[in-house]
Amino acid sequence: MRSISLSQAVNEAIAEEMRRDESVFLIGEDVAEAGTPFKVTSGLVEEFGTDRVIDTPIAEPGFVGIAVGAAMTGTRPIVDIMFGDFLFLVMDQLCNQAAKTHYMSGGKLKVPLVLRTNLGATRRAGAQHSQSLHALVAHIPGLKVALPSSAYEAKGLLKSAIRDDNPVVIFEDKLMYQDKAPVPEDEYLIPFGRSEVLREGSDVTLVGTSSMRQVCEKAADLLAGGGIDAEVIDPRTIAPLDEDTILRSVRKTSRAIVVDEGHRNYGVTAEIASRIGEKAFYHLDAPVIRLGAMDVPVPFSPALEDLTVPTPEGVAECARRIVSGEHVHAP
Amino acid sequence: MPATGKINTESYMRMYRQMVRIREFEDTANQLYLSARMPGITHMYSGQEAVAVGICEALRVTDRITSTHRGHGHCIAKGGEFKAMFCELLGKEEGYCRGKGGSMHIADQLNGNLGANAIVGGSTGIATGSALSARMLGTDDITVCFFGDGATAQGIWYEVMNMAALWKLPVIYACENNGYSEYTRTDEIASGSIGARAEAFGIESHQVDGQDVLAVNDLAARLVERARKGEGPFFVELMTYRFHGHHVGDINRDYYRAKSEETAWMEQRDPILNFGNWLSEQGIASAEELESVNAEVRADAEAAVEYAFSARFPDASEVGKHVYVEAS
Repeated sequence: MRSISLSQAVNEAIAEEMRRDESVFLIGEDVAEAGTPFKVTSGLVEEFGTDRVIDTPIAEPGFVGIAVGAAMTGTRPIVDIMFGDFLFLVMDQLCNQAAKTHYMSGGKLKVPLVLRTNLGATRRAGAQHSQSLHALVAHIPGLKVALPSSAYEAKGLLKSAIRDDNPVVIFEDKLMYQDKAPVPEDEYLIPFGRSEVLREGSDVTLVGTSSMRQVCEKAADLLAGGGIDAEVIDPRTIAPLDEDTILRSVRKTSRAIVVDEGHRNYGVTAEIASRIGEKAFYHLDAPVIRLGAMDVPVPFSPALEDLTVPTPEGVAECARRIVSGEHVHAP
Repeated sequence: MPATGKINTESYMRMYRQMVRIREFEDTANQLYLSARMPGITHMYSGQEAVAVGICEALRVTDRITSTHRGHGHCIAKGGEFKAMFCELLGKEEGYCRGKGGSMHIADQLNGNLGANAIVGGSTGIATGSALSARMLGTDDITVCFFGDGATAQGIWYEVMNMAALWKLPVIYACENNGYSEYTRTDEIASGSIGARAEAFGIESHQVDGQDVLAVNDLAARLVERARKGEGPFFVELMTYRFHGHHVGDINRDYYRAKSEETAWMEQRDPILNFGNWLSEQGIASAEELESVNAEVRADAEAAVEYAFSARFPDASEVGKHVYVEAS
């Protein structure tokens, strides 16, 4: 199978869906000729024209509001939010308007909107271009949230998002845009709400979202060298969350570490860990460990920034300790 | 007011009736609140009827509007029915939104009403997007964005006006300046000229007497036709007045608005009384004919309220429905 980058996978997903459905369009800052700073949308304006690949002023609340209105009235916008950090600018339009319109109208109106953005630190981009804010929107009923962890997931999840009649926020890991992975030439979709078991194991379950999937896979490799058999699960979407696959795994392994690049406090790791605690408590042999971004603004200095994000070594160390029966307190 | 011809009798009488329907709806809703028979609070449109009616009478069913927290008038003017509206206000299953929206979220998509909005300025983006999609889908439907003077302080309005002007979208921004931003005089929250805000984006800007339904309708009809031809966007400031407080519970309001001012507007600038008098002077409708319209509307409202009280509340199973669109 051919391998393409995550950036190319996203580009293909958008192009295929725009060819399939004329009501799909792309809107955001520098999405046309510039192709975004990450060059994810390069070439689309040449094929689809400026009526369907729309460059906007730097006005996130305004163009998200416009996309919400366009979605309510017969089109399917894909909105590009250049950095996940800019979500704070669009919270009213996303959370008060898009998320609630279907419910508030008693099911009469719908908002088939896709908001593409990104997450991920260690790019030396400072505190306002490095956050992983997916937990924030996953908190809001009415929004769906997808976290692709490779080029394959990015394409399949985005195509599903575009066809979904609900507002979907999809976070791509900005450090992964150039990472290549096998992606079929033939069309495929990845359904929401289904976790993927990436590696089966019997000693400990590692749940890793988005950027943390690779961290967990590497940790599993490290653990295998020491005779510990880790199972790795990628939830793929956190709203909806496929908790059944996670619970089934934890009931088997009796131990779990949840790893996500959002802040630890009140985040995705807290949600998943508490569900494990509520629904698999009697199967557990150790406390559920949560590893996430440190609860600090992302620092600029490389010497500091790298400390804020979970590493394969850190995950593996936690796993060794809980498997050996040590009392572990989360960092 | 412009000279009349009998040819317009039907539309004049329709405008009169629509304004009376709004006033009657609001008076009824106010009584429901004051007698503690309605849950929550609501915001009265009384006094501003000529704005919603003058504009919506220039629209087709497929043209769209976005509305505000003070939205009953827009809903009625765009074709809304009393029964579904009172049911919504009372949280009943047969309400426009199955009781899940309430007064501040009434939407009536079949008549092109994309919904009231409880965030001040919150629907300016939605209206602009509705205009964008109409053009993308190749229709000549236009969108009217109703909002108040208070919303002119919100940043998103400037952002979307900029894009509407850049992209020449078929949208009309209708600013109902009723003189008060909630409990504060507009001149305390808006510096300079409101119309000049739109002009700064190169948007043709108008100001009209919002108490004169014919003046509003005449201007709206011209702008709507031009917007259909791609000459938009447009901005209109409609000078009007809120007869009640910010909401039904805002009763003791001497601290921000003098009783004498309210009385003057109600006695001299009531859009329904003035239009009724004009219809009589012009020999279009006698006082008796107008009174019979009023009586019919009153009976409709009474019947609708009675219906709404006896209607069912949504089943408990409804609480979890419509969070997401079910996959088809």
